[in-house]
Amino acid sequence: MQKITKSQLVDKAVSLLADGTVSAVLGWSMGEFSYDVTPRIFTTEDDIRKSFVFNDFCGANLSKYLVSKTDGIEGKLLVFLKPCDTYSFNQLLTEHRFNRENVYAVGIPCSGMVDISRLKAVSGDGITKIHEEEENLLVTTIYEDNPITVPAKDVLLERCDNCKSKKHVAFDELLGDSGEVIESARFDQVAEIEAMTPDERFAFWQSQLSRCIRCNACRDVCPACTCEKCVFDNPLSGAENKSPANNFEEQMFHIIRAYHVAGRCTDCGECSRVCPEKIPLHLLNRKFIKDINEFYGEYQAGAEVGARAPLVDYTVDDPEPCDVLDRRDTDA
Amino acid sequence: MQINEHKPLIVAFCCNWCSYAGADLAGNNRLNYPADVKIIRVPCSCRVNPIFVLRAFQRGADGVIICGCHPGDCHYTSGNYYTRRRMTLLFSMLDYLGIERERTRVEWVSAAEGAKFADTMNEFVKKVTSLGENKKLEDLRCKR
Amino acid sequence: MLKCPIDKMDDVFEEIAKIAKLYLPVDIGESIVYKPWEKGDVWSDAVNTSLSPKELFFPQTENLMEFKTEGKSIEVIDTRRENGPFVVFGVRACDVKSIEVLDRVFLAEPVDSYYAKRREEGIIISTACTRPAETCFCTTFDVSPQEPSGDISSWKTDEEVFFKANTEKGENFLKKITSYIVECDEDRVREQKEKILKIMDKLPLKNLKADAFGGGKTDEFFCHPAWDELSGSCLGCGACTFVCPTCQCYDIKDFNTGSGIIRFRCWDSCMYSDFTKMAHGNNRHTQKERFRQRFMHKLVYYPENNEGIFGCVGCGRCIAKCPVSMNIVKVMKKIGGK
Repeated sequence: MQKITKSQLVDKAVSLLADGTVSAVLGWSMGEFSYDVTPRIFTTEDDIRKSFVFNDFCGANLSKYLVSKTDGIEGKLLVFLKPCDTYSFNQLLTEHRFNRENVYAVGIPCSGMVDISRLKAVSGDGITKIHEEEENLLVTTIYEDNPITVPAKDVLLERCDNCKSKKHVAFDELLGDSGEVIESARFDQVAEIEAMTPDERFAFWQSQLSRCIRCNACRDVCPACTCEKCVFDNPLSGAENKSPANNFEEQMFHIIRAYHVAGRCTDCGECSRVCPEKIPLHLLNRKFIKDINEFYGEYQAGAEVGARAPLVDYTVDDPEPCDVLDRRDTDA
Repeated sequence: MQINEHKPLIVAFCCNWCSYAGADLAGNNRLNYPADVKIIRVPCSCRVNPIFVLRAFQRGADGVIICGCHPGDCHYTSGNYYTRRRMTLLFSMLDYLGIERERTRVEWVSAAEGAKFADTMNEFVKKVTSLGENKKLEDLRCKR
Repeated sequence: MLKCPIDKMDDVFEEIAKIAKLYLPVDIGESIVYKPWEKGDVWSDAVNTSLSPKELFFPQTENLMEFKTEGKSIEVIDTRRENGPFVVFGVRACDVKSIEVLDRVFLAEPVDSYYAKRREEGIIISTACTRPAETCFCTTFDVSPQEPSGDISSWKTDEEVFFKANTEKGENFLKKITSYIVECDEDRVREQKEKILKIMDKLPLKNLKADAFGGGKTDEFFCHPAWDELSGSCLGCGACTFVCPTCQCYDIKDFNTGSGIIRFRCWDSCMYSDFTKMAHGNNRHTQKERFRQRFMHKLVYYPENNEGIFGCVGCGRCIAKCPVSMNIVKVMKKIGGK
């Protein structure tokens, strides 16, 4: 159960729209079954009252939409940002991807969003209704007579299980409370993989990456991937490929995808959330984040606007590549 | 003579101002290093995009080495500092994916270090030869 | 009608695997995939595989030919190989229907010989659904989940699996599977079908109708004002296209191996900015046009060219897989007004 209700957001949106502060609202709209929430623009009070939704399934990070939706907009666009979304918001601002004056950002608290596939693994298919009650989800399915009670905390998105921050780093206005940066265990699984032998690591990643269907969802949802023309779509780049033709292409795509956002990835976890094949893509991004933290000092992308990303920066005392990789040997 | 021994293919990206000149000096001084090393001249080591490294492996390289000016000596002031960060992260990622870390290397070779160039290449070729063929990052379509 | 005790199915799979390569839906981690059968594999109960069986007839990447040049001569090498017979087991009614949709594209003149070869070699053994999901809406497109077609149909109950051959190919194949399979009457299957129909009646999308769509409706829907809003959420990824059992667009590309050229084809998506890109550029400039193309193709253009048959089978994969949950049901309700 979220700490803030849908009606609070609706009231806020309607009043800001009515007093002319904003001309449109970027939020989540209701789907067919309480969980299939779609981000979209609302421009009228009626529409907001009818279709706006905020529930445990509003995982979608709205920040990236600001790039296209503020283009040529008259007045301001209201956007609701969960704490992790605010980091992407700042990162996009740092990269000058949208105009800050065109946006009115309202920070909203988040108690973690639910992963529908994890929920379905418990409740089974055939969901007709999901009722949020305190800490639990009451799931009605066509196969069970009584609703199934599932504690929301057991079926959160991976990124919410390892939430890194409840703090809003950007907003014009805050609804509810802002929290603190959290010491999370988000690098534990990276460390586990690092501790494997090279052959085990290779086998692990082969088993994951071989499922890739190259739908590009991870790229297209990523708030750090805002290139007008992606290297993978550009026939002149020499790296264009449309299909996972073999292991090499799969590895190439995923190394480069993660590399291109290294130092800019805020670890919002959208890539893993949207992967239709459930490949743990965040483990690639987090590897870069972990390495950057270890080699060049703690850095959180998006924590502040204008910060210089580690890969466009250097110090004369940076470690040498061979030292870094050898040192890991002696640690192990 | 061993017939079956794998002859590795090494791609060396050398910066125009230091390492490429270092390779020249090695030649002028009649220093030996294996012909398996194919040098690609780049204006600066920081010209090397991570995609270049992966593409080299795809096209059949068994090892990739990037050579540039010593830190502080870059012709463009700071290019090699960026190289250092980029390649550290890239090689660490390759290692994370289970690819042998000895197949990749960064070495700083100045225009005066012909001997270092030859030594570095000899040592690198020896190391990569001992690892054998690149299997983990190969593209079977490119195997003749 | 034939039947086999459910605990003997592993033996039946083994027997099938001796005659032909057997693909069975198997749970691997969070994915359900058609996997070449190996001893110990468990037949998944999931309603849908992650990717549809389309990939077995129309693989995501497929080499068409190779070129080698020597001096001034060029050699063209045929890369088609004899794959031998294969069996796809446990295909749901919607997915069987999707193969019929693909047939109308690939088997129409000029026949796609790569696809035709696989269709000839493959035997489809369908299985009636037992636990449809809320995302299922196959009945909207006249698919009967209780009565799947294919070369052989099967019904799975708690104790037995029933088989019925629908084609000569299926009949001949069933004759070769002798152990544990015995003749029986249709009573249990009839019960099973009724059970499925009762479940279908509880599904949330059961009242979705496609009547508003069909051939000849291009003018009516092409300029619909709702396309702006609907496509506004679309990220432009290809997830819906690639998990879709009926999407059949592909791109043909050349790969330079250094010693020759491999010409291959791979799935393409109308959601991509470089889809059908030609020398003059792309004829669909915005995501709205690309998005509209996908749904107009399924709901209007395809039926127009195929006697009113829709290009969607209601499997519900796009509902489950779209990163922003924008899918054909939402489009139909918004544009079709129901």
